Amino acid sequence: MYQYDHYDQAMVDARVEEFRGQVARRLSGELTEDQFKPLRLKNGLYLQLHAYMLRVAIPYGTLSSRQMRMLGDIADKYDRGYGHFTTRQNLQYNWIKLEQTPDILADLATVEMHAIQTSGNCIRNISSDQYAGAAADELVDPRPYAELLRQWSSFHPEFDYLPRKFKFAVIASDTDRAAMRLHDIGIQIVANKAGEIGAKFHVGGGMGRTPMIAPVIRDFVPALQMISYAEACLRVYNRYGRRDNKYKARIKILVHEIGADEYRRQVEEEFAHILPLGLEPPAAELARIKSFFADPGFETGLPETIDRSDPDFALWLDQNTVAHKQPGYAVVTISLKPAGGIPGDASADQMRLMADLAHDLSLDELRVTHTQNIVLPHVKKADLYPLWQKLDAAGLGTANLDLISDIIACPGLDYCSLANARSIPLAQKISARFADMDRQRDLGELKVKISGCINACGHHHAGHIGILGVDRKGTENYQLSFGGSEAADTSLAQITGPGFSEDGVIDALEKATEIYLAQRGDGERFLDTYRRIGMAPFKEAIYG
Amino acid sequence: MGETLLRYRDDEASTAPAVSFGAFADAGNAAAVRMEPGDDARALLPHLAQLARIDIAFPSFGDGRGYSAARILREHGYAGELRAVGDVLIDQLSHMRRCGFDAFAPDRPISADAAAKAFATWPEVYQKTVDGRAPIWALRHSETDHD
Repeated sequence: MYQYDHYDQAMVDARVEEFRGQVARRLSGELTEDQFKPLRLKNGLYLQLHAYMLRVAIPYGTLSSRQMRMLGDIADKYDRGYGHFTTRQNLQYNWIKLEQTPDILADLATVEMHAIQTSGNCIRNISSDQYAGAAADELVDPRPYAELLRQWSSFHPEFDYLPRKFKFAVIASDTDRAAMRLHDIGIQIVANKAGEIGAKFHVGGGMGRTPMIAPVIRDFVPALQMISYAEACLRVYNRYGRRDNKYKARIKILVHEIGADEYRRQVEEEFAHILPLGLEPPAAELARIKSFFADPGFETGLPETIDRSDPDFALWLDQNTVAHKQPGYAVVTISLKPAGGIPGDASADQMRLMADLAHDLSLDELRVTHTQNIVLPHVKKADLYPLWQKLDAAGLGTANLDLISDIIACPGLDYCSLANARSIPLAQKISARFADMDRQRDLGELKVKISGCINACGHHHAGHIGILGVDRKGTENYQLSFGGSEAADTSLAQITGPGFSEDGVIDALEKATEIYLAQRGDGERFLDTYRRIGMAPFKEAIYG
Repeated sequence: MGETLLRYRDDEASTAPAVSFGAFADAGNAAAVRMEPGDDARALLPHLAQLARIDIAFPSFGDGRGYSAARILREHGYAGELRAVGDVLIDQLSHMRRCGFDAFAPDRPISADAAAKAFATWPEVYQKTVDGRAPIWALRHSETDHD
């Protein structure tokens, strides 16, 4: 994985010192809260309902064991012994003291980590495919391109005060595991007919109150023009994105209002101007970055057979591992969704355990998924059983990847000052209602996503079943929707009808699963059945 | 309020009154113009040679359109003074300088010492812009460039 050189380290160290000064100026009263707010947000520090929250960047979701261990240690030292992995592959600490944040950032900097641009109206952490470098179906590892974008977007002087936040995702396989087309810019690394590598640009996707699937703006941008093209995309947005209404300020609104063709025309015009300016890092720089993502010394001649005699292990094996590109290895997903648990939360001890397991059994690497789980990307098949035993003993062995209890949920009204309703207790109740694993497996792949407000941090628009918490005359109310997908078959979920109470929405969800079980065809997932038979039968069962 | 001027140019400061962007076309050979965030910097491109100073207004520090305007003017060869005017705060100075501003007239005064410290925030930079600083990627590969 990527390692800082002295330049990268100096940038992060400088940021720690700058922020230390900004915090001191705030604490002394030199800065008002209004002046301090955009500065702290640029460093991922939010003021939530009860305390400050610090969002730590995990570029393209990749972590070393040393970094994961530090995340656990920080949780113990400065927080309440746990952290929350987010839908943008980041980590949030929920109980942070303002005066301690410079020290936390200094600790993070010792392991090449930071909180740079994890909030604010700037280019946020670049997300990617959690199976990058391990997936059997990828064209190339997308992370060198994400790292190139990370460096370009870090402290970009022109794009620090955009109309609104800006999110990139970079993938390199046709199987989209990163909700790529639901980002402000979604890039798929592709090959053209000549076999050259380039970037397919999708611009103007997003969730929030106006969900949109990003249209293709350019089919192929040569790899060594990607930064210049991104620069052009951002400049058009910075100049013409709406600033009169924060709810209409995302790039998706600009692309929608002027149309993809007109946006493309403007970008191409700007690109023609920018390309000769020589802003693009040279091939040698991309090659340098790529060298860090070379295969991490896989062994050959490893056994393929796995002893399945322990039935609980066999269930986990079938549910939570996928094929690796290297014979003898598997990709493991560690579920952070135990029955009744808080989606995405991990204790400091669990983080350190996952760090140790990654060190010993996964060539020192971990990944965070946008579905709030952790991946060990490079595990020998022969090590899977002992790995599972250790995970299971630590409450990390839940065999529910992509099942109904593998729920995405935003922090909701338990933490977030924007929320209208609680998300976490609802997720806990759903996973408790469906705690029977046989029943879950029978229901098959079923992605439930819960947001506690219209900002859609819980990706409810992209849920096979989506739930949106709203405030109805002072009480929490939940709207149910079906048919969303964040995968390669990206679609937006449709609302069923009037909302429900917390218990009511779980009942309705359960009725929907019964309709699915009664109507499903061979091999159909819930999503497939819904797409085939439409909303009506579900609606009748729920409201009839 | 706010009559301080931070200026990082060797030439004499232009004292010409800045005409508004809207009035510029009718003002004949005005030597200074003031742009608001919504004005299109490219409309000035045919007139760059006559301009000694362009003021770019920041009514609110959070409106970042002026950064793009500044870069566009510099990328097209504008060599006169580029002045950021208005809600210009110390934490934005470094980025503004990188985008081509070389003078600052903040509403709330900023001392020259504080500004110097702000400009020294970043030991190096990741992007090539119009300020002439070699980006980190160029520094990393400077040896190979000499081959």
